[in-house]
Amino acid sequence: MKKVINRQEDIIEEMIEGFLCVNEDLYEKLDRGVVLKEKKDKVGILTGGGSGHEPLFLGFVGNGLADGAALGNVFAAPTPYNILEVIESVDSGKGVIQIYGNYAGDVLNFDMAAELAEMEGIECKSILVRDDVASAPLSRYEDRRGIAGDVFVIKLAGAAADEGLSIDEVARISQKAADNTRSIGVALSSATIPGLEKPTFTLAEDEIEFGMGIHGEPGIKRTKMMKADDLTTQMMETLFNDYPYKKGDEVSVLVNGLGSTTQMELLIVNRKVNQMLKEKGITIHHNDVNNYCTSQEMGGLSISLLLLDDELKALYNKPAYSPYYVKNA
Amino acid sequence: MEHYLNIPQTVQMMKFVCQEVMDSKPLLTEIDSAIGDGDHGIGMEVGCKAALQELQRNEFSTINDIFTTTGKSMIKTMGGASGVIFGTMFLSGFHKQDEVTTLNVETLAKSFDTSLHAIKKRGKVQPGDKTMVDALVLAVEKLHQSAHQGAALKEGLENAVEGAHQGVEETKQLLGRVGRAKSLGERAIGHQDAGATSVWIIFKSMHQWLEENDK
Repeated sequence: MKKVINRQEDIIEEMIEGFLCVNEDLYEKLDRGVVLKEKKDKVGILTGGGSGHEPLFLGFVGNGLADGAALGNVFAAPTPYNILEVIESVDSGKGVIQIYGNYAGDVLNFDMAAELAEMEGIECKSILVRDDVASAPLSRYEDRRGIAGDVFVIKLAGAAADEGLSIDEVARISQKAADNTRSIGVALSSATIPGLEKPTFTLAEDEIEFGMGIHGEPGIKRTKMMKADDLTTQMMETLFNDYPYKKGDEVSVLVNGLGSTTQMELLIVNRKVNQMLKEKGITIHHNDVNNYCTSQEMGGLSISLLLLDDELKALYNKPAYSPYYVKNA
Repeated sequence: MEHYLNIPQTVQMMKFVCQEVMDSKPLLTEIDSAIGDGDHGIGMEVGCKAALQELQRNEFSTINDIFTTTGKSMIKTMGGASGVIFGTMFLSGFHKQDEVTTLNVETLAKSFDTSLHAIKKRGKVQPGDKTMVDALVLAVEKLHQSAHQGAALKEGLENAVEGAHQGVEETKQLLGRVGRAKSLGERAIGHQDAGATSVWIIFKSMHQWLEENDK
């Protein structure tokens, strides 16, 4: 696979450098991380994970979002020391909440970082995102992985922290946001880790895989390619089967591209998503169609629903800004 | 045949171990590509390279220093699941433990046993989960047996290599319960775990260093 890189070992460093050129006033660079320059007197919000999903995670450091991100190598968790450096930087004495997807490597490294932070007297709580309904059945919810739903959880945690709430309150709200987020993805084509020869998996030209993870983890089923409406219907039904959404429910919707699927295609899917939600009498509070959580050049998309209540809705409506995510008041 | 190593000898042995693991990158990459992300070889290379640099750069006054320096270097540089797990393998057995200035079979058995418990706790894994623990648990068992029998260090490590190898072979028959192999289900059967393979390489190169240096 052709990749526009220099040396493999410089990928992360050079990516962070390029990112900082975009908005020098807003950010400062750490060893393997990015933090807001402005230090705020509130609960710190940290996110992070393996790189390769840009703009997640670094693009979700911003006002009303995360205060910092710890970045690992492509598809590999950051080290505890990289995470600790971000924790120290975003802590104002009110503690830090780390938001990350539920993956074995991330859990190990973030857990260890939290222990190191506690030793320094920094209170640290973890919120694990498990929005991918295809990654494990509901009976094994604890095993579910995090995908594009990270975006909703970071948005709400950031808003809650900006309200000046305590770490326990921000953690409660963040956990509710995580619990209320469900996603389903489909892969059309594979991705390659920069520097490696072979793609992470292979799919035949006419095949797609339902529920494939953002690192190529196997999904629920492999089928023939189908029309957008049929694909969207199957994806939405998977979500509807996972949670009893009912008439009158209010949701935020994110249709997220995985890398090489075009905005045109995402919009066509989004049209059907809107139709289906309306048919069920579900109100769409906010609708976003974007490439937030990608997987290199993987083809495909995910659909995420965030179920809102009054508390979450009020926080969702708060403004937020990063070069990659804007929410106007 | 001596029953223990002193500090400079232990440093030399650990440097050799790091070099051997680095040289095993292609093998580890190939094994991990079958059922994992394919990044285990890269990760181990990065960690061992950093550890090797620290071992070359520093003066050591205890055996504890040598192992904790190795472990910390790996945790600091590797990332992923392997960084914490392999870092813990070298760190936990000697961190906040009684300081020693010689390395014998008892010390090795006791320290790797402590590390094994730390890894199981941190990684939330048990033997049979198709991880490096499957190799480490059998290596530690052999070290304990060797210690009871009053074996020399080289003999003890020879037994540990045998145990680790048996553990690697056992992982071939196991379903993964953590990490990427978990999502593969039955497709993971027949493939050995890359982490377990690294454990085997670590013990094998410790033993090889003793052989080559007639210790």
